[in-house]
Amino acid sequence: MATFTARMAPLLVLGLALCLSGTWAVDKGNFKTCEQSAFCKRQRALKPGESPYRALLETMELTNTRLTLQLINDNNKVRLLLELYRLQGNITRVKINELKPLKPRYEVPDVLIREPTTEPLSVLSQDENGVVLSLGVESQRVIISARPFRLDIMEGSDVLMSLNSRGLLAFEHLRMRKDTFSYKVTSTVASVWDNIKRVFSSQADPEAEKKEEADPANQAETTKEEEEKVEDGMWEETFKSHTDSKPNGPSAVSLDFSLPGVEHVYGIPEHADTLRLKTTDNGDPYRLYNLDVFQYELYNPMALYGSVPVMVAHSAQRTTGIFWLNAAETWVDISSNTAGKTVFGKMLDYVQGSSETPQTDVRWISESGIIDIFIMLGPTPKDVFSQYASLTGTQSFPPLASLGYHQCRWNYNDQEDVKSVDAGFDEHDIPYDFIWLDIEHTDGKRYFTWDPHKFATPKEMLQGLMDKKRKMVAIVDPHIKVDGNYKIHNEIRSRGFYVKNKDGGDYEGWCWPGSASYPDFTRADMRAWWASMFAYDQYEGTMENLYTWNDMNEPSVFNGPEVTMHKDATHGAWEHRDIHNLYGLYVQMATAEGLIQRSGGVERPFVLTRAFFAGSQRLGAVWTGDNAAEWGHLKISIPMCLSMGLVGISFCGADIGGFFKSPSTELLVRWYQAGAYQPFYRAHAHVDTPRREPWLFGPENTALIREAVRQRYTLLPYWYQLFYRAHVTGEPVMRPLWVEYPQDLATFALEDEYLIGRDLLVHPVVEEGARGVTAYLPGKDEVWFDVHTFQKHNGAQNLYIPVTMSSIPVFQRGGSIIPRKLRVRRSSTCMEHDPYTLYVALNLQRTADGELYIDDGHTFNYEKKEFIYRKLTFANKVLSSVNLAPDAKFTTDSWIERIIVLGASKPSKVTLKTADGQEKQLEFDFDASMSVLTVRKPGMNAGADWTMTFQ
Amino acid sequence: MSCQFLLLLLLSVGVSAVEVQRPRGVPLSKRQFYEEGKPFTCLDGSRTIPFDRVNDDYCDCQDGSDEPGTAACPNGSFHCTNAGFRPTFIPSSRINDGICDCCDTTDEYNSGATCQNTCRELGRKERESLQKMAEIAKEGFLLKQQLIHEANRGLEDKKAKLGDVQGSKKDLEAKVEALRTVKEAAEQPEREAKERHLKAWEGKLSFKSISPSTVCNEHDITGSLVSFKLNIKYCLSLISNADTPAPEETSREEINEPVSDNESDQYPDDDIPEDEDDDDEEDEDDDRDEHEYKIPPTARTEEKKDDDEGAMPPYDQETQNLIDGKNAFKTELFNFGFGICFRNLEKEISFDFGPSSEFAYLYSQCYELTTSEYIYRLCPFNRVTQKPKFGGSETNLGSWGKWAGPEDSIYSVMKYEHGTGCWQGPSRSTTVKLTCGKETVVTSTSEPSRCEYLMEFTCPAICQEPPNLEISSHEHQEL
Repeated sequence: MATFTARMAPLLVLGLALCLSGTWAVDKGNFKTCEQSAFCKRQRALKPGESPYRALLETMELTNTRLTLQLINDNNKVRLLLELYRLQGNITRVKINELKPLKPRYEVPDVLIREPTTEPLSVLSQDENGVVLSLGVESQRVIISARPFRLDIMEGSDVLMSLNSRGLLAFEHLRMRKDTFSYKVTSTVASVWDNIKRVFSSQADPEAEKKEEADPANQAETTKEEEEKVEDGMWEETFKSHTDSKPNGPSAVSLDFSLPGVEHVYGIPEHADTLRLKTTDNGDPYRLYNLDVFQYELYNPMALYGSVPVMVAHSAQRTTGIFWLNAAETWVDISSNTAGKTVFGKMLDYVQGSSETPQTDVRWISESGIIDIFIMLGPTPKDVFSQYASLTGTQSFPPLASLGYHQCRWNYNDQEDVKSVDAGFDEHDIPYDFIWLDIEHTDGKRYFTWDPHKFATPKEMLQGLMDKKRKMVAIVDPHIKVDGNYKIHNEIRSRGFYVKNKDGGDYEGWCWPGSASYPDFTRADMRAWWASMFAYDQYEGTMENLYTWNDMNEPSVFNGPEVTMHKDATHGAWEHRDIHNLYGLYVQMATAEGLIQRSGGVERPFVLTRAFFAGSQRLGAVWTGDNAAEWGHLKISIPMCLSMGLVGISFCGADIGGFFKSPSTELLVRWYQAGAYQPFYRAHAHVDTPRREPWLFGPENTALIREAVRQRYTLLPYWYQLFYRAHVTGEPVMRPLWVEYPQDLATFALEDEYLIGRDLLVHPVVEEGARGVTAYLPGKDEVWFDVHTFQKHNGAQNLYIPVTMSSIPVFQRGGSIIPRKLRVRRSSTCMEHDPYTLYVALNLQRTADGELYIDDGHTFNYEKKEFIYRKLTFANKVLSSVNLAPDAKFTTDSWIERIIVLGASKPSKVTLKTADGQEKQLEFDFDASMSVLTVRKPGMNAGADWTMTFQ
Repeated sequence: MSCQFLLLLLLSVGVSAVEVQRPRGVPLSKRQFYEEGKPFTCLDGSRTIPFDRVNDDYCDCQDGSDEPGTAACPNGSFHCTNAGFRPTFIPSSRINDGICDCCDTTDEYNSGATCQNTCRELGRKERESLQKMAEIAKEGFLLKQQLIHEANRGLEDKKAKLGDVQGSKKDLEAKVEALRTVKEAAEQPEREAKERHLKAWEGKLSFKSISPSTVCNEHDITGSLVSFKLNIKYCLSLISNADTPAPEETSREEINEPVSDNESDQYPDDDIPEDEDDDDEEDEDDDRDEHEYKIPPTARTEEKKDDDEGAMPPYDQETQNLIDGKNAFKTELFNFGFGICFRNLEKEISFDFGPSSEFAYLYSQCYELTTSEYIYRLCPFNRVTQKPKFGGSETNLGSWGKWAGPEDSIYSVMKYEHGTGCWQGPSRSTTVKLTCGKETVVTSTSEPSRCEYLMEFTCPAICQEPPNLEISSHEHQEL
């Protein structure tokens, strides 16, 4: 502590004292409630009712794929422009912007991977009340109602989703400030609205214009609008000691969605809350605003480090999704007509047949920008995943090693420390792939540098790791120390790359280095420059086995409002307000690009980020930030990562052991066990906590942790192929049960267990002193095999599993084939050429199938079809390996050393037939008590065609 | 030692010349279980397999014994002969993983890794370092004998003195009791008076804060004493002359600041747990800190840490009289203090200074190490402190706790505990690792976890008898 604080600038100490006030819970007072966020308060004050918006059908224009239509707010006569597109893959895009905004409103760039491909739209019918459009082949229609404006998406006679059905569309148009000089001048001549109308009239249908003027009600309302009062917080807002100057005035947008038949909605991470989203009627809406929340609390809708404005709605009939593409502060309200109804009440409804359809209503509110929504119409969960992936891309395909175990701590003190921790893993025979360095490795928190005393010879250190086929991650945060002797700072400043404060100077705030400025990562030229800083000759002391971690990229500003950047800071023409939730994505984007470029485009990057947005899945891994060593935090890591997976971010994990505080040994062991079955597997610890390398808790616990990590490593082939699939399809790697059992209502709210891919069901032990867990095994016609004992269990049951400290309840689905590598070595790279064991779990039909994906594990060569991708099938007593990618080429030294068939019967002989037509008899063992057949050393190359017959 | 190694070297050269045939990865000691051409029975007896399945890159035995030379078994181990160096076992997962583990390169026979045989070089280096260590151990052990001798003499001395004063101890205790009564009687009116005046001050000059050992310390500070033994003598002499008046105006400050500022290796014989500077070094959340930091270290002796005594307005005459009465009492109390010096003598005798009291010489000494930022100070059997090099207050990194080495070498580690508390964490503690050396010196310090310090300390007292028969025979049995 003394060492730590002595080096910190006094002001920083003061700042820390404010936020580290010694309690173990978040200081909620540091963060806004909806009530304290002026636009949220304003918008939420609007209650459902008749919408003031009217569709001006006569303004409708339909080109082949684009429909435009003006909307008018009858209260203030401001016109909006609605655009509607049918996108490839059953997606409907609706954009609403001001027809003639005073100045352009922000539209989020760089999130969509390309301009989405549109499909033809056609008008089915039209009258004065509305228009019916066909959405292509599937009897899907969009009905646009004119008065009030609403939009319904139908399939057959079912309404799938309605927009503005509760009349909560609101669009705060940009306006002149009334007490400013320019307004006064204007108002002496004519009202602003008259001016605008005049602009419109030159364009709009003259008839409509006439009609409008003839409407006495409208006239009255126009007058009323003139008196529209200026509410508090429209032009300035103060929170705690911070004042937001709001030069553009009010600019919020809001829209409601109704989802008939839906009782379960998910997504909109990041929140430390249940997987199934709760209704928000009696509290705050879910907030999306990337924030560095110190010691966050569980089970509430407060904003955390990242935001993905995507909600997935699911019912037994259909899965749909809403993607609200807006990077400003956003709040999401959820209400339901069945929430609060007892089971009895629901039953009564059912018996009496008088039930209203269950319905979930959702309302999105953002502070600025436009309404740009993508309605993903499913109908299956996997359709929604691929629809979303078609918009924002898929999970980046990580280097294989990054799926191994990561050892992190704030901080490994010096090279000697790194060396001894590395040696500790060998001494205790625990595999690991990455050791991490937190902020203390730098020269005074100047990123891209090394502490000259503690890390005097970083290349030597990295070479030492490389000699053991291991890697390192060093942190690079986006806040840059303001220091005239710091190259990075000088360059960014001289190039004018810093974010500017409202007065036009370089924005400065406090963060780890003391006074710091923040590069404007929204600029492509800034990102290109940043990426170039990762070149080996720029970032001195680095080698190809050094990767990067972007922390604090919300951005965290210790002395800023809500510990982040002032909203009136500027990024070129835009305010920070407009882009806030996008900042972290851009930081990771520039960093990942840097890692790609330094290798000449050959090597896949690995970059961990704390802040994220829609699209961040393309860039690397995400972790759940600064959690705590508490059982509740272990438990919530499951729904938090499941929620991220549903919206594309598969590479998710929580700090093993908990970041703050010191875990009990039991908690630490359980966390290692649970983490072994989550995508991103990294232990991390706060600088103030005692050491907790896996061997510090006695031989017994070392053995338990070793076993958990080894289980992870045996399954790396499966993890890797799932990430390949996630990369290709956008399907989550770690997924809720309902994704695979969409009609099984019992799975809809499960969050204490999950599936890895389709075939492994994991129910980790997350309770202190647990003697057993009850796992739900889904599927009426399914069987599940305990992966440790090979015990067979029937599906569609709640299974009580007694547990000891060594138990990690995991089940393999009957009908699946999972490849493993059982020769666990020091690191994943050491296992590259090792043989596979195939675990064939038979279902009741005595069939099974699976996949095997192999490539070099670290380059982009897979994009050039350098990989092996095989389909493994067991049917009619024949197991075979068939090439799924005949045009791909790759060779491997790996071979098949063993086949284990679960739920097998005893064959009289097992014959292997290889591609060259040769046949050989294989030896096998049969365990009759467990019905497990083990085929000894078939020996064929993992990339070859073969069939194996069990007679 | 060195002879032994020469012998080993000769032997190992012989071995490499006549390689004994056996499956890869099998140590000589187990050769008889792997008989060419005969069925192999797993070493755990679980099953028997044809010999051609030994090292056939498939794991047949649960205990991994059929694959001593491949990575097929997850629990196997591979034996490297390492001719010229020490033979060793490695986990079989390190066979052919592309990383050279055995210095004789035998673990990487099929991985394409280019390994150099480094056994001879390693052997030479090890011999050199062992030789060096043996020399150190030899000299250290001689020193240790001396230390033991001195310690025993010193101990006898002390025991004798202890006996001498044993009789007067009872008297003293009786006196203490009497004094306590006097004190309480004296304090009663004073307290009442003071409460009228200002209640906060009361208790600060109470009985317990005049710690006897601090009184001793004060006399240490006078510089007339240079060793604990003398200190004891002095204390004893004071005890025998209990009428010696207390020095004028024993100041609270000095009592509270027993640590001498001089740089000698002496330290005041101070056992008082520091209970007042908790959090002093903590800077995040404490208003007091700023105040503390402003006080230059030299000025600290004029300032109270934990009370407002200095700010007291003058007492009225009546109260002052009562206080004067109390000061007279203080003199009595001061004299009583020397009774406790005597207790310290008892305490010293009761310390565990090792099986032969070889660590006794460390008692009353301090050893410093200066790093780029701090001066670390280890006062064995007392405490460990850290002081910023360029000014600032001292931090207690732990007071003597216990010997904490592993069972077979309990005296190899010292544990100092309950140092200054850490923000939101435990109190500081220090682990001192002792290694054999001619000199008694702190060689390094580190802070592996926040507030958990690690100190390397060499001293002759930990030296073992030069281990002529020490090299374990089992590792070399096959040679």
